[in-house]
Amino acid sequence: MGKEKIDIRQYLDRDEKKDLLRLLTAGSVDDGKSTLIGRLLFDSKKIYEDQLQALERDSKRLGNAGEKIDYALLLDGLKAEREQGITIDVAYRYFSTNNRKFIIADTPGHEQYTRNMITGGSTANLAIILVDARTGVITQTKRHSYLVSLLGIRHVVLAVNKMDLLGFSQEVYERIKADYLAFTEPFGIEDIVCIPISALDGDNVVERSDRTPWYDGPSLLEHLETVPIDRDYNFDDLRFPVQYVLRPHLDFRGFSGKVSSGVIRKGDTVMALPSGKTSRVTSIVTYDGEPDRAFPPQSVTVTLEDEIDISRGEMLVHPDNLPAVGRRFDAMLVWMDEQPMDTRKNFFLKQTTNLTRAFIDGIEYKVDVNTMETAPADALNLNEIGRVRFTTAKNLLFDPYKTNKATGSFVLIDPITNNTSAVGMIIGSLGQTDEGEGPGVPVIDLAALGIEESHRGALERAAAELARQGFEIKVK
Amino acid sequence: MEMNEYRLSHLRQLEAEAIHIIREVAAEFENPVMLYSIGKDSSVMVRLAEKAFAPGKVPFPLMHIDSKWKFREMVEFRDRYAREFGWNMIVEYNKEAYEAGVGPFSHGSKVHTDLMKTQALLQALDKHRFDAAFGGARRDEEKSRAKERIFSFRDRFHQWDPKNQRPELWDIYNTRVHKGESIRVFPLSNWTELDVWQYIRLENIPIVPLYYAKERPIVEIDGNLILADDERMPAELRAQARPTMVRFRTLGCYPLTGAVRSKADTIEKIVEEMMVTTKSERTTRVIDFDQEGSMEQKKREGYF
Repeated sequence: MGKEKIDIRQYLDRDEKKDLLRLLTAGSVDDGKSTLIGRLLFDSKKIYEDQLQALERDSKRLGNAGEKIDYALLLDGLKAEREQGITIDVAYRYFSTNNRKFIIADTPGHEQYTRNMITGGSTANLAIILVDARTGVITQTKRHSYLVSLLGIRHVVLAVNKMDLLGFSQEVYERIKADYLAFTEPFGIEDIVCIPISALDGDNVVERSDRTPWYDGPSLLEHLETVPIDRDYNFDDLRFPVQYVLRPHLDFRGFSGKVSSGVIRKGDTVMALPSGKTSRVTSIVTYDGEPDRAFPPQSVTVTLEDEIDISRGEMLVHPDNLPAVGRRFDAMLVWMDEQPMDTRKNFFLKQTTNLTRAFIDGIEYKVDVNTMETAPADALNLNEIGRVRFTTAKNLLFDPYKTNKATGSFVLIDPITNNTSAVGMIIGSLGQTDEGEGPGVPVIDLAALGIEESHRGALERAAAELARQGFEIKVK
Repeated sequence: MEMNEYRLSHLRQLEAEAIHIIREVAAEFENPVMLYSIGKDSSVMVRLAEKAFAPGKVPFPLMHIDSKWKFREMVEFRDRYAREFGWNMIVEYNKEAYEAGVGPFSHGSKVHTDLMKTQALLQALDKHRFDAAFGGARRDEEKSRAKERIFSFRDRFHQWDPKNQRPELWDIYNTRVHKGESIRVFPLSNWTELDVWQYIRLENIPIVPLYYAKERPIVEIDGNLILADDERMPAELRAQARPTMVRFRTLGCYPLTGAVRSKADTIEKIVEEMMVTTKSERTTRVIDFDQEGSMEQKKREGYF
């Protein structure tokens, strides 16, 4: 936290270069979660803004009077919403320090915890899991940690709160830390940092506390500001799902999309899937010029040397690094709908830029999020998680969620209500359907059916609309 | 430094996210529209749409709901840039209410806002049968926005149900609606006010000059600094107008939009001023639940 003073231009120049960390907070109000968030939002902001010359006078005038009120007000804000009977499943809050911008997905700990945490955590780089030092690791802590590992959040902070109530006892802290690390060991979370804090008094939240001389790690905010997130994206396996085909005039045909993973470079040989046709990248086009390469999470437009027919839902990859192509896979599925799963329904499944119909072949087991024990199940209810086998109506291009979040995730949409009923994380391919290639893609053969060529355009348009609805038909 | 080679600043990440959202709408909806309010957030949103489809043109129209009481400079700005950038601009207004002479001076702000803004918007959405409408709202603006999805479902009466929102995970957006239902899409959801100003500064995005401080004819009405923008302001009020250095933090109907005294005539000065005031007004902003509650009510009824 530099104490030097800078002017607004320098301030903005620095601000512009910051990166972005998305984080999830898990815990209940009783754990001091709102107080902690209040501290992060307001204390960090104060330090950050005080760097600006113009604000100096202002902060002197205000003094410290506002401080305590702020946290309480933040708490009251949440309370007021509950009293009004308004469900907050996830609320997003924003703050910034000298080094980073932060987006907090704040989810209430009690009701609907699974659905809320999963919703708030899907894009998080980091999760803060709060425990009360007086109770240590409890069922709720385990549940939160399991969900965090399920979502593949790489960085976890165990914030051991209310240390002030236990005289900042090192022994208590070390015991909770050991418990937690032992419990989470099988989850394989890459990076776990434990920090003893008092959200109420501010110890080790923004500034390091002198009441924990035995603790030599960073304060929570220091850690949030410095935890390396550069490698959180997969830069190894190129997956470029085509989102939109850009054809402003006859001489330009570009494939627009987000680089989901890997790096695409001008001159690269790429393969379009599922057709398997290859070509070379002529240019990467953006409004701001033509960069030599693009990487996640950039949204760009790619042009190719050869005129190959590629549409939305298809994917550009490197020919020596292919995703799975298939219609059968299994996945961890989280049921998000009030209506229980009906395994006879055929759902819409959206994965990358693809929409298809999906059938539930069976449930291997469901997981008790409190004990991690598995049990057989015929269907999943709201907030239940299970390992589910699927068959889709058309081929999907996917990777295991563990290696590639972008191509390993999907949502299930109820065909009648259009609700997002469930979300899934792919474990792996289950090979071909039992009947080999399965029913295959139906073909309308104009010649065989005695349909005149003049109807081709209309039939192709109808087929394209059906493909949009998740049913693939070929017009020959 | 292999790692830093693939680092995007937060603004470029937000930009990429918004472009992805905008393209998703263009690909999945049959008849989308971008609501254009002429404000700074709208200006940023339109630039993002241009970026999403470059070198092509934006494949959907912009629509401005004209309350007929906007600042003159706003309308001039709209017409000028629509022409200059070749935007496909639809302008709609509540004809019936306009012809009945509805306005803030004669009918008060509540009736005017409901008829000339909310109802006008709903009529226009129905008239054109849009199935998706982009809005420039941000989650950091107020509490009811903080919990709204990026793709926010509206029933056939354009109502939002905060208790029954679709889960929204990763960057996979559920765009499915039945006939008559629609989705409001907020590509700037994760932007803060500072991000918006930063982006305008970096990208040189034109904004309505009213945002910059200048000496303007100002009348003080109930403690608000109101611009004497045209002849429709009652003559006795207009007579009280004094030249005052002011700028506008938000833009809307001129009789309902108070100015602030300011000398900030550049983006840098505006940001500086904004941060100083944010700081001293922090407490009042947090306390202000009434207003937030009423915003949620408005949103349920179909207001943006």
